[in-house]
Amino acid sequence: MVSTLIRITGDWSLAEDCTADAFEKAIARWPVDGVPDNPGAWLTTVAKNKALDRLRRAANEARKLEQVAIMNELEVDDVELTDDRLRLIFTCCHPALPLEARVALTLRTVAGLTTPEIASAFLVPEPTMAQRLVRAQKKIKNAGIPYRVPSIDLLPERLGGVLAVLYLLFNEGYTAVSRVDLAEEAIRLTRVLLQLMPGEPEVQGLLALELLQHSRRRARLVDGELVPLEEQDRSLWDQALVDEGLSLLRSGGRYQTQAAIAAVHARDDGDYSELVALYDRLGGGAVVALNRAVAIGMADGPEAGLAAIEALPASDYYLVPAARADFLRRLGRDAEAAEQYRLALAVVKTDPERRYLARRLAEVEG
Amino acid sequence: MTRYIMFVCVDGDPDTDPSPEPDIEKWVADNDASGKRVGGDRLAGPSDATMVRLRDGKTLVTDGPFTEGKEFIVGYDLLECDSMDEAIAIAAAHPMARGGRIEVRASWPMELDLS
Repeated sequence: MVSTLIRITGDWSLAEDCTADAFEKAIARWPVDGVPDNPGAWLTTVAKNKALDRLRRAANEARKLEQVAIMNELEVDDVELTDDRLRLIFTCCHPALPLEARVALTLRTVAGLTTPEIASAFLVPEPTMAQRLVRAQKKIKNAGIPYRVPSIDLLPERLGGVLAVLYLLFNEGYTAVSRVDLAEEAIRLTRVLLQLMPGEPEVQGLLALELLQHSRRRARLVDGELVPLEEQDRSLWDQALVDEGLSLLRSGGRYQTQAAIAAVHARDDGDYSELVALYDRLGGGAVVALNRAVAIGMADGPEAGLAAIEALPASDYYLVPAARADFLRRLGRDAEAAEQYRLALAVVKTDPERRYLARRLAEVEG
Repeated sequence: MTRYIMFVCVDGDPDTDPSPEPDIEKWVADNDASGKRVGGDRLAGPSDATMVRLRDGKTLVTDGPFTEGKEFIVGYDLLECDSMDEAIAIAAAHPMARGGRIEVRASWPMELDLS
């Protein structure tokens, strides 16, 4: 509804205000008059009329009058609603907006979260978040950021930008502690995007990746403790999510490849032979290179894994000593493992990771 | 249509891609022909800049400002585009998008203040 009004009026704050007004009116009227047959259409009409009214009052220039004339002719159907939501997602994720504003705007406008909810999810004060949203809306208006789905030649790049925002949101959900489950919100939004762009392999890939990772959420963190994949209680995996994730696998780009990697772990059949080739397809970067080395260890044993880590170009990626320590531990080289666990503990990022490493260190020191 | 101003800047950090940069003459000719570019020029160097201020009724003219850094504006172009996306596409095709950077700003017409 907000998205339709934005398209019609081109004014984000006007669209939000009028939508809010329509809901207020519904709260006042429906208990008295009864709920209308098509509540969605009722609300959209009320909001549209409200916007029309405001524009008419403000219409002291020809341009605005023109807009009023156009609005009168607009009837909204389902196809248009779909298109409007898609436009909204692409606009919220426009690369000319700062990344944190893209994430916030998507949650506010597409997912319909409140400003306090978004603020608490990202652990920032509410006025800061409100200001971030207002600035982004102002930039959309003042800089002429278009309210449309990008043209075919721009689409792959810009779709990549939208998927990056959704994936960032999903990953925030791993760490953020708040009322709103960002991971579930990200999955919901990815589902919406897939509905709007059915059959798009990279959208399917992102949804598959999210579902496969999310299926392990209850096994991954138990009583605040991080449980590594090999020690997770398989019965806690959400099999429905695994099945749905697996059903979305296609051949395709980066997200499909990452989903294929997640699928190898979800199948859990001890066959890791595909893993290394999948990481090769992802290419570049210290994180991928380390994961590739760990995959070699899973496929060919800890000795091979350790050799693969030693062959990596030097990097200060904080998980390198932790991975080295795990292979050394498996090889029974406890003293060397302990040394690496201590190095890892010095650079660890999160508390659950710290506790995991400390537990392992105690084991090899034992 | 919105008017956009491209500030063409050097930034001391050019693209390292060895493929040839687009031709500036062609860029100007193409965008003039399409009507998207409505003006623009190179600027004389920052060392030739002159500063003007009025304080207590007196016009103060000084040499400068002197930019010590490697980042300064070397030219500008005025565009008429239907959106930021169109302006971004035109800016990205300018050779200085590779040689330096281009700041794209939408103009802020006075009439918007009155509505």
